[in-house]
Amino acid sequence: MRLVDKRTRLSRRDFLATGGAAALVVGTGSLAAPSGAWSMEVTTLQPATMRTLIQVSRDIYPHDRLADHAYATALAPYDAASAEDVSLKQLLESGVTDLNAKTKAAHGVEYVQVGWEGQRVALLQSVETTEFFQKLRGDLLSGLYNNQAIWPKFGYEGASADKGGYLERGFDDIDWV
Amino acid sequence: MATQFDKDDASLAVVVGSGAGGGTLATALAQAGIKTVVLEAGPRYEIEDFVNDEWEMFNKISWLDKRTTSGSWQVARDFPNLPAWIVKAVGGTSIHWAGASLRMQDHELKAASTYGDVKGANLLDWPITLADLEPYYAKAEARMGVTRTNDIPGLPGNNNFKVLKAGADKLGYKKCHSGRMAVNSQPRDGRNACQQIGFCLQGCKMGAKWSTLYAEIPKGEATGNLEVRPDAQVLTIEHDAQGKVSAVVYADKSGQLQRQKARIVAVAGNSIESPRLLLNSSSSTFPDGLANSSGQVGRNYMRHMTGSVYAIFERPVHMYRGTTMAGIVTDESVNAPNRGFVGGYEMETVALGLPFLAAFLQPGAWGRDFTSAMDSYDHMAGMWLVGEDMPQESNKVSLHASEKDKHGMAIPNVHYDDHANDLAMRAHAYERGRALYDAVGAVRTFPTPPYPSTHNLGTNRMSEKSDDGVVNKWGQAHDVENLFVSDGSQFTTGGAENPTLTIVALALRQADYIRDQMAKGAL
Repeated sequence: MRLVDKRTRLSRRDFLATGGAAALVVGTGSLAAPSGAWSMEVTTLQPATMRTLIQVSRDIYPHDRLADHAYATALAPYDAASAEDVSLKQLLESGVTDLNAKTKAAHGVEYVQVGWEGQRVALLQSVETTEFFQKLRGDLLSGLYNNQAIWPKFGYEGASADKGGYLERGFDDIDWV
Repeated sequence: MATQFDKDDASLAVVVGSGAGGGTLATALAQAGIKTVVLEAGPRYEIEDFVNDEWEMFNKISWLDKRTTSGSWQVARDFPNLPAWIVKAVGGTSIHWAGASLRMQDHELKAASTYGDVKGANLLDWPITLADLEPYYAKAEARMGVTRTNDIPGLPGNNNFKVLKAGADKLGYKKCHSGRMAVNSQPRDGRNACQQIGFCLQGCKMGAKWSTLYAEIPKGEATGNLEVRPDAQVLTIEHDAQGKVSAVVYADKSGQLQRQKARIVAVAGNSIESPRLLLNSSSSTFPDGLANSSGQVGRNYMRHMTGSVYAIFERPVHMYRGTTMAGIVTDESVNAPNRGFVGGYEMETVALGLPFLAAFLQPGAWGRDFTSAMDSYDHMAGMWLVGEDMPQESNKVSLHASEKDKHGMAIPNVHYDDHANDLAMRAHAYERGRALYDAVGAVRTFPTPPYPSTHNLGTNRMSEKSDDGVVNKWGQAHDVENLFVSDGSQFTTGGAENPTLTIVALALRQADYIRDQMAKGAL
């Protein structure tokens, strides 16, 4: 049957970097992958806040084959939205501050410095009913999974009408039943 | 130039809503020479406006005006302000429906007699039988081009169907095929054959799937007897001193109130908006809402027992390729109370794209349990389970005590508690769905909870006696002779089948009745 090529087909520069957000380089108004593969500017949110949100996002919806960039892309709209919406900015900043406070109490470091996923997930479980967590999870659901750039990684092909549908492209090509 | 009728023209049939019920009724009336205006709350899109993108289309065409929910149903927890997944646009939910076109069964139209006394259920026999409906089912099937009727071949089975079929065969099910679908398997009625695009729920880009938007309404408009007014949200129905309806008041696109006079009014806004409109049309003559002397307007809300089973296999499936719902097992849609519940259910193929599967597979879930399932997206098959739920008087659409919409109309609250029979049926259906996929070698299966309701039924139910329901066997209000209900809200009980074919058959039957009554001078 016709399979979907799951190899990264976009530019290597954009998608090479995987790894925990702790490794991201935080500058003034920006954060960047250590390799220089990608970077993002933030003007409203603290760069450290964005770095934490990226790690939290990966821990909420962990996909080992997705680069940090996929999570950063899902979160990027928060920066501009926070400029328009003070309560959103407050929710995100204080959500991260509170999470870091909990983390410090438990482990003596900030969230992104907790090296074991299991420990980070336990911290998230302790805040999963908060407005901060639910807002982030809900927005990620569309921000992450509705990003067409990642669809091939899941074997999903997206729009088909412009390609004539699947009538000649494998709608019934299953070969194992 | 499209026909435009005068708002003071009191000779018009006014139809509220343009979906499977309203769009079909209006077209049939226009074809019978009756001047008809349709007031549709949503805008008018055409096929060119459809895109193969789940969220974009959802945000474009869905009825997203705020609603509230209550009750024990999981939808109230997962989607508290989205009880229903239906469409606000010309064509209504016939843009979004998957095309499954099944006749109800004889015993389902006699639910009270067949099922007997079911505690807590407000069961009633329909005032019509299958024999009454059969000629109209036949007309509807011919009109809609339903596969496996009228010598129309079935659709070819896609990958998702082939998995379903293999499992059905292994379990010994005898009635599994690619469905009776109002989706062209060959060119018909000026519309294309299905190209296996997928995205049936986002509006068919081929026009292969029947929708009132392009398969009915343009034919009505071509007669010169039909005007469709989009962006017209009806707020109240008015009546005269004799208690006959005389006009409707609606908000136009700019929010200005308009009054359209009417000879008859047919309400077809789907089972949440239709009772909302009647309840919002109370007057000194009808203090509990229009046509509500029985107190049944808004009650007996049904939404079908639903759920899905998704399964992951060792090898790929690509369930999203091709027609979304062209696959069915009907063996379980019998009434066999020895299973622990009355009524039955259908098993139908369903596929969601990656974005919607993320939203609906396990609402609220996060972490590796969830994401590992998503990682196997292309190895997944899916089925939708749809069965008869029990009407309960306390399951109801009501006007919110304090919240209003932008026009000042009270928003609806949708209350639903699962009946014990619904829960027993869902448990059985999940079990059989899992067994079916296990038989094909599934490595992991998921009982996916109900999506927001697309099959909304029963809130203006049909009854023999005026104190048991809202409308008579013609969908005509017991209390108001020139007021009709023309959507799924007139269903007395829900049956196991996807309701659209029955809604269309009832609309065609009602159109004949209205034509005859008008000819006799009775309306």
